[in-house]
Amino acid sequence: MQKSLHIDPVKCTGCLQCELACSYEHTGSFNPSRSYIKVFTFHHEGRFAPYTCTQCDEAWCQRACPVDAISVDFTTGAKVVADAKCVGCKVCTIACPFGTINYSQATGKVVKCDLCGGDPACAKACPTDAITYIDADWTGYDRMQASAAKSLPSAEANA
Amino acid sequence: MSWTRKILRVNLTEGSCNAEDLNMDWADQYLGQRGLATKYLVEEVDPKVDPLSPDNKMIMATGPLTGTMASTAGRYSVVTKGPLTGAIACSNSGGFLGNEFKNAGWDMIIFEGKSPEPVYLWIHNQHAELRSAADLWGKTAWEVDDMLHAIHQDPQVRVATIGRPAEQGCYYAAVINDKHRAAGRSGVGTVMASKNLKAVAVRGTLGVGNIDNMNQFLQAVNDGKQVLADNAVTGQGLPAYGTQVLMNVINGIGGLPAHNMKNAGFDGAENISGEAMHEPRKSDGKPNLTTNAGCFGCTIACGRISTVDPEHFSIQGKGEQYQGASGGLEYEAAWALGADTGVDDLDALTYVNFLCNEDGIDPITYGATVAAAMEMYEDGVLTKEHTGGIDLRFGNAEAFVAATEALCSGEGIGPDLALGSKRLCEKYGRPELSMSVKGQEFPAYDPRGIQGIGLNYATSNRGACHLRGYTIASEVLGIPVKTEQTDTDGKPELVKAFQDATALVDSSGLCLFTTFAWGMDNIAPQIDAACSGDWSVEKCLEVGERIWNMERDFNNAAGFTADDDKLPKRLLEQAIVGGPTDGQVNRLGDMLPKYYEIRGWNAQGELTDETRQRLAL
Repeated sequence: MQKSLHIDPVKCTGCLQCELACSYEHTGSFNPSRSYIKVFTFHHEGRFAPYTCTQCDEAWCQRACPVDAISVDFTTGAKVVADAKCVGCKVCTIACPFGTINYSQATGKVVKCDLCGGDPACAKACPTDAITYIDADWTGYDRMQASAAKSLPSAEANA
Repeated sequence: MSWTRKILRVNLTEGSCNAEDLNMDWADQYLGQRGLATKYLVEEVDPKVDPLSPDNKMIMATGPLTGTMASTAGRYSVVTKGPLTGAIACSNSGGFLGNEFKNAGWDMIIFEGKSPEPVYLWIHNQHAELRSAADLWGKTAWEVDDMLHAIHQDPQVRVATIGRPAEQGCYYAAVINDKHRAAGRSGVGTVMASKNLKAVAVRGTLGVGNIDNMNQFLQAVNDGKQVLADNAVTGQGLPAYGTQVLMNVINGIGGLPAHNMKNAGFDGAENISGEAMHEPRKSDGKPNLTTNAGCFGCTIACGRISTVDPEHFSIQGKGEQYQGASGGLEYEAAWALGADTGVDDLDALTYVNFLCNEDGIDPITYGATVAAAMEMYEDGVLTKEHTGGIDLRFGNAEAFVAATEALCSGEGIGPDLALGSKRLCEKYGRPELSMSVKGQEFPAYDPRGIQGIGLNYATSNRGACHLRGYTIASEVLGIPVKTEQTDTDGKPELVKAFQDATALVDSSGLCLFTTFAWGMDNIAPQIDAACSGDWSVEKCLEVGERIWNMERDFNNAAGFTADDDKLPKRLLEQAIVGGPTDGQVNRLGDMLPKYYEIRGWNAQGELTDETRQRLAL
């Protein structure tokens, strides 16, 4: 079964535990500036949005890479950057429509979410379940369920 | 380890920034943040210094856990001699600044001297420099935050700054970071302004490591998070209602002071409560509360993000910044701005709270100062001539909004309100109407109806403050055990225990609100795993007691005596009328001698030689 990170921004409090967990997993220190998941704060709207790679099946970054540094981890479906191959050309960062693969000055390579090999640290650290790791076939169904609930005649039936 | 072991010393007179090694012997005795910064201050500053002179210093300090993955570990403190009180000042703030300091590689920043021209400090990792703040001076904290982000072109830069009242000498100006988190009390922002230091902007990308035993640390951190999640207060009450969960509770037990503390109990409490913030309003169908929010690393997320009703009078024709979401009412602010002034208009209070954040004002002292002014106005001591035409009666929301705008702009009644209640009431010949200790105003718990908190107010090292020893946890909420709120027996011991434990928590990088769920047996293991040395529960409590006594010693040397450990007459002699605490006054005299005794102080409230020796002071 393939799993996906599922993000529900409404539940996010902006605490950055996901960034702490991600950076510790990948760099060994607590360093939000090197996290592969980012929480954006929209102050005027009072909203927070965690955002990271959705692991496209047909990945723009992978197709754009001139040196085949991005490959698929077949156990998780994650698109993974091989540091030994990456030349830091940043073409993938231009190709990605979501901006979720990024250049790191610290390493001279691009960095992106690798799903931590199938046990994402961000999801484990999130205190409000704004980030969960779920069956990939279920992405979006919570919203479908919420829409379905609205279509019911009685408010009491809201799930 | 866990400390970065580096201090940045900024000499504003010379314009220099220099790195120094952290004194690790002191770190072992005072941990970090509040304790360690106070140690540096008492070693370097004459206790009798004029707080607003260049000879005073101001220290921004993180704790050893700041910037780590421990829940709530983003705190920093501003330590200085406070202008409101003339006592030691230590104001603690959350948001995202403390972790950024730590990520830039600094445990603390010591500011000394006075810059000849307005400047701000720019820190990017090891690089630190003073830059001209000519364009920033005269601007609000929110404007400065936006301007520094524009200058440095990095959305991740974190900014701490002061607003206009600080520049104008308001005695209770706050340091604002991340637009709505504040090192709020005792006028630490006023000290910053006196040094011509407008802001600190920091970007840190080095990472926080140096954990002594990482596996042990992550285990202790995860255990701690689970305790917070499972606890009814930190897991449910605070995320849903914030500290505002207390408004109806405290009013219900006869502990909510109102109208400059003339009496306990406020009819309008429900209208300004945490529950009211969830009620959809008529105009746009939305509630006052937009969302809850967490500071850095916080798994509680008690923060309030609110919007003012778009049809409310307070924001009509005013700037775009008030039409959207920003930091909303916390309990202490809602009490001081609301119950104490008799204003029960939730949107007016939210707008005033926005202004306090926007221009860097401590809302507790400000609300209490307006309340004192309202009492003098109703008594005829202040007239419309003094108020600039404002009808400053209790409960008048329009007048309150106008008065706040006057304070921010420095016009009309603003300069009078900028004095704080003690100086204001003295100026107009009614000193007994200032509800303060050592010049700092009370927060939101009536010491007549809740005895122990009165003793804590009277003995708090920074003037009246709930956050030096929150006995409300025990006397009202039953944490860790319930004590009878109107009893004085056992309260000296209770106050001492809370004060010492709090001093330790404030020195760690953690938020005090964790202690609704955490005891020292949850906190010590996190410190012990992160830091070198043996940080047992016993050592943590000893360090807390040492910090408390060090602060006391500084105040005594500054000229404070046992005569300053007192409450206003109103709270000792004018009994509460009606409600669950009918007939109560605070019985401070029954508690204070015992408190001195268990502290190891003489009858003058001074440390005895034995106490100094025992605590290695």
